[in-house]
Amino acid sequence: MKCRKCKDKAVINMRHHKLALCKDHYLAWVLEQTERFICKYHMFTVNEKVLIAVSGGKDSLALWDVLLSLGYQVDGIYINLGIDAGIGYSERSLSMIRKFMETHGEAVLKVVDVPVTYGASITTAASRTHRGKGRPCSVCGLTKRHIMNRIAEEGGYDVLVTGHNLDDEAAVLLGNTLTWQTGYLARQAPVLPASGAGLVRKAKPFCRFYERETAAYALLAGIDYVYDECPHAVGAKSIYYKELLNTLEEERPGAKLQFYLNFLRARDEGAFRVFEEQVELNKCSQCGQPTSLVGLCTFCRTWQQVNSQSGNTQ
Amino acid sequence: MSLTAKLILRDKEYEVRAGQTLRDAIQKCDLSPQAVLPVLDGQLITDDQILRPGDIVMLVSVISGG
Ligand code: SF4
Ligand SMILES: [Zn+2]
Ligand SMILES: [Zn+2]
Repeated sequence: MKCRKCKDKAVINMRHHKLALCKDHYLAWVLEQTERFICKYHMFTVNEKVLIAVSGGKDSLALWDVLLSLGYQVDGIYINLGIDAGIGYSERSLSMIRKFMETHGEAVLKVVDVPVTYGASITTAASRTHRGKGRPCSVCGLTKRHIMNRIAEEGGYDVLVTGHNLDDEAAVLLGNTLTWQTGYLARQAPVLPASGAGLVRKAKPFCRFYERETAAYALLAGIDYVYDECPHAVGAKSIYYKELLNTLEEERPGAKLQFYLNFLRARDEGAFRVFEEQVELNKCSQCGQPTSLVGLCTFCRTWQQVNSQSGNTQ
Repeated sequence: MSLTAKLILRDKEYEVRAGQTLRDAIQKCDLSPQAVLPVLDGQLITDDQILRPGDIVMLVSVISGG
C-alpha cells in the first residue's frame, strides 16, 4: 500500500478515512489534525497556559510531544499513585516520563506523590474505604481529579488537557448509553468550560484519533511508553466496550467515529440539555474546591476516612 | 524452508500460513486488526502486506483501559 501523498510505502492505513500514509506524512498529519481539533472545539490558544496530565502511557506522551511541536505552552503533571502490584507500575511510569523529558528539553514536569502528600498509596486508600467494590479506580479517579484541579489552579493554568482518544470516548459513551446516564452524557465533550465555582477548563485534543493512531504516532515518533496497563485496569468494563466497538469497526470501518461524532452533534443540538441543570456548588470547608456537598467535599471525606484508619489495615 | 510466518503478541506466538495477507492471518488468529499495530523488521507495516515464509511480525497491542 502506498502513501496517498508521496507514493512511498505506507506505514499505516486508516480504513475509516480511506487514507494510507508514510511515516513522515503520518506524523505531519497527526499534528495538523490535532491543531484542527484544538481550533474547531475552541480548546485553547497559544497564549494560554496548558497543563497536561501524563501517565507514561502512549496517549499522554504522544499528546505532550504533539502540543510541544505545535508550539503550545504546555507543562506536565504526573501523579504518583503509589501503585506497585509487584511490577513497580507507578515507578516505571515515572521513569518513562523522565526518559521522554531527556529528549524534550523544554518540557517541565510537576510531580505529586500521593503516598507522601496524602499519607497512603491509592491501593491502601482503597482498601480502607468502601468506595468502588474492591477496585481502587473510584478512589483513584476522585483523587486524580482533585489533584489536577488543585495544581491547575495553583499554577495559574488556563486549561487541563488529557490524552483521551476516540476509543476511550466511545467506550465511555457506549457505557453511558447502555444505561442511559443522561447526566453523564450531557457532560461528555471534547472541551468542558471552566465553572465559576473553581473547576478548571478541560480539553481532550486527541478525542478524534483512534487508539491505534495515537499508538502509531508514539511508535513512529520514537516515544517509549509504558505498554502495561495499570494492573487495576485488568477486566475493566471500558476494555470490554472497546473490544465490542472494534468488532463493529471491523465490519463497518468508521462505525466508532460515527458513533462518537453523531453523539456530539445530538448533544450540540440540545438532546441532553434538559439534564444539564446546574447543581448549586459550594466550596469545601477544608480544601476550598467546589463540591455539591455541604462542608467537606468527597475527596476530603474519603481521605479523612483513609487516614483515620491508618495502622489498622495495610 | 518452512512455509509459515509467525505473529507475536505479548508472550503469545501464532504460527500462520505464508502467502496470505497479514490482515487475514490476524483475523484467523481471532485477533482484531483494529487492536494491534504490526511491526516487521522494526518497521510499522500495513496489513495488506502478503506474509512471506519466515516473516516474524510483532503485534503491538494498542488497547488500554482504566
Ligand atoms: S485503572 Fe489504575 S490508574 Fe486507572 S483509575 Fe483504576 S487504579 Fe487508577
Ligand atoms: Zn508520504
Ligand atoms: Zn475538600
